[in-house]
Amino acid sequence: MIVRCLEREGVEYIFGLSGGAALPIFDALSDSKIKLILVRHEQGGTHMADGYARATGRPGVVLVTSGPGATNTVTGVLTAQMDSAPLIVISGQTISPMLGKDAFQEADVTGITYPVVKHSYLIKSADEIPRVIREAFHIATSGRPGPVLIDVPKDIGQGPCTAAFTDALDLPGYTVPGRGDPERIAEAARYLREAKRPVLYVGHGAVISDAGKAITALAEKLRAPVVNTLLGKGAVDETHPLNLGMFGMHGTAYANKAVVDCDLIMAIGGRWDDRITGRVTDFCRRAVKIHVDIDAAEFGKIIRPDVSIHGDARLVIEDLVPQVEMADTAEWLAQIVRWRKQFPLKYPKQGGLRAQHVLDRLNAVTKGDSILTTDVGQHQMWAAQFCLTRSNRAWLSSGGAGTMGFGFPAAIGAQFAQPHKKVWAIVGDGGFQMTCSELATACVNKLPVKCLIINNNYLGMIRQWQEMFYDNRLSGADLEGNPDFVKLAQAYGAKGLRIRRPADVDRILREAHAWDKGPCVVVAEVVKEDNVFPMIPAGASLSEMLIEKPKHRLEKPSGST
Amino acid sequence: MAAPALAPAPSPAPRLPLHTISLFVNNKPGVLVRVCLVFSRRGFNIESLVVSAGAEGRFSRMTIVCSGDAEDLDQIIKQLAKLVDVVHAIDHTGDESYETEIALVKLFAPLDSRTQILQVAEHFKAKVVDYGSDSLILQVHGPSEKLDAFVDLLRPFKLAELVRSGKLLMARGVRVT
Repeated sequence: MIVRCLEREGVEYIFGLSGGAALPIFDALSDSKIKLILVRHEQGGTHMADGYARATGRPGVVLVTSGPGATNTVTGVLTAQMDSAPLIVISGQTISPMLGKDAFQEADVTGITYPVVKHSYLIKSADEIPRVIREAFHIATSGRPGPVLIDVPKDIGQGPCTAAFTDALDLPGYTVPGRGDPERIAEAARYLREAKRPVLYVGHGAVISDAGKAITALAEKLRAPVVNTLLGKGAVDETHPLNLGMFGMHGTAYANKAVVDCDLIMAIGGRWDDRITGRVTDFCRRAVKIHVDIDAAEFGKIIRPDVSIHGDARLVIEDLVPQVEMADTAEWLAQIVRWRKQFPLKYPKQGGLRAQHVLDRLNAVTKGDSILTTDVGQHQMWAAQFCLTRSNRAWLSSGGAGTMGFGFPAAIGAQFAQPHKKVWAIVGDGGFQMTCSELATACVNKLPVKCLIINNNYLGMIRQWQEMFYDNRLSGADLEGNPDFVKLAQAYGAKGLRIRRPADVDRILREAHAWDKGPCVVVAEVVKEDNVFPMIPAGASLSEMLIEKPKHRLEKPSGST
Repeated sequence: MAAPALAPAPSPAPRLPLHTISLFVNNKPGVLVRVCLVFSRRGFNIESLVVSAGAEGRFSRMTIVCSGDAEDLDQIIKQLAKLVDVVHAIDHTGDESYETEIALVKLFAPLDSRTQILQVAEHFKAKVVDYGSDSLILQVHGPSEKLDAFVDLLRPFKLAELVRSGKLLMARGVRVT
């Protein structure tokens, strides 16, 4: 019955790893048109489903067994929850008479996951299955999306279900916001008309609601610059002249300067994360703040907005566009052009192979037309700076949770979702090793997914922080013992390529880009000690941005990480 | 031998303001955990919690008295309202509402002190619900502050056990609880 319900929801793929308590469901999948993708680790499977979800907007489905199978998904569930990715995790559970008796492979997975799911179910009777699965898909995909966990005791998974399929939802406490309050929208329009130095701040919510076109129209009509968050990349084409790219901790200097100096900032589907606000008490103190979000709990959580509009970002902006007029921003835009010239993104051209150079060229090879996923660390920030995202759902990165090990499996999921697109995972040598066993999954399925490993033999961001804030006392940063990644890829049956010299970058990236007979791993052996700039130390204000390496020793950052 | 030096008494932590919140929730397993997590994660202490069936069996009512920073309360309410199983969450702090609570107090009271105890009880309209040779149990109801005063007056006697129901609250008039 579970599998029939999943078919009815239009599920194409299930990313799963089998186990005793989930056997009835795996058995039922043998007779289903749903394709089971056998993963090598449940964390990898969960990130794959997440990548599938982010690349399509449709929920990714994970099937795992009880106990350790279920607990191995927790990292992936947290990642999806922090970044509002729709995910359905179905976990097997011991038979219901044994619940709570410490049975073999029993874990209270609903209990374990309470803080990291949007909602969860423990099915107690087979007749609940049709309703629970319908509700789970509705909750995961509507409003602010998120992960939903369904725990299925083995006897219930194989038990007879007499209930019919249903579209009925029994969710009296759950509403899905749509259009924003017209009065608030009119109020926002008034502020926007008066602003001399407006900035539109585009977050992941804009990607999720596909608000990019409307935001571009708004920006063009107002002649207002646009900045995006790490996860907001692609909602508004980053090559658009009004788009200043990413702002925040490692954002472009001109985007950060625009935010510091603006007289109005309008957040569209963004949650004022600490990576972008810096010290909150100093953040845009004199600017009018407008906040558009589908989640009312975001209003006032970090920043108290002057106007808050509760609703779907696309619908709100579509309603707002006709109410604004061309603003008098010529002077503001001229200032931004000056900043762009004065503080471009740059990196040294000599002294070995630079990650920035590789990513800059990857941007040229992919032309903003590929789906890029990343892991977490220096490579992620360089990729965010140099790889300009041109369309929605083409940039998949773990933002809120900052999960190492996300990038490669997410790329596999995205490649399943978009088989005709080129998909590149950009990963570091640290994060890649957390989920690199999924090379097997990619090879078995002959996926033409590409993986670029920026290998500096360090946990690079850790090394950067220790260099800058801890007197270069390196502790737990050196990844001595790295394997030869080219040989590792080849051992799995993937194509392996290596870049050692700047002169080889274009040729090898092109070769990998064109390769479509299976996975291809490109290892860029970059200089070991390189840092990401610009940088705003955690807990500092945006105006304390460092554009290059400071000469003096810095205080330990006061921010969380 | 010198007596061990007494550490200075720690100054009492400043009392955080009390808030009263009512929740209308689905009557399902696990709802209470989800609700409690919203409080605990944000450093709110739950002082009292009453859960019981609503007028329809499929819903329950929770009345929660908690202490914490007033500025964070707004966020707590929003996060509670966001839970799929929460139909509505309302902050009644400072509201026009009817509030009451029940307390049971057991005293080990010798016969010669009982007159005084019964005088206190009478003043608070408390009922003697158990009268034994060594002990008695008093039942009192009313606003929580009245119960506090009642218990404080009885403390000099041998107060053995105290059970309080936690605050019950209903908004007056057409307002929703």
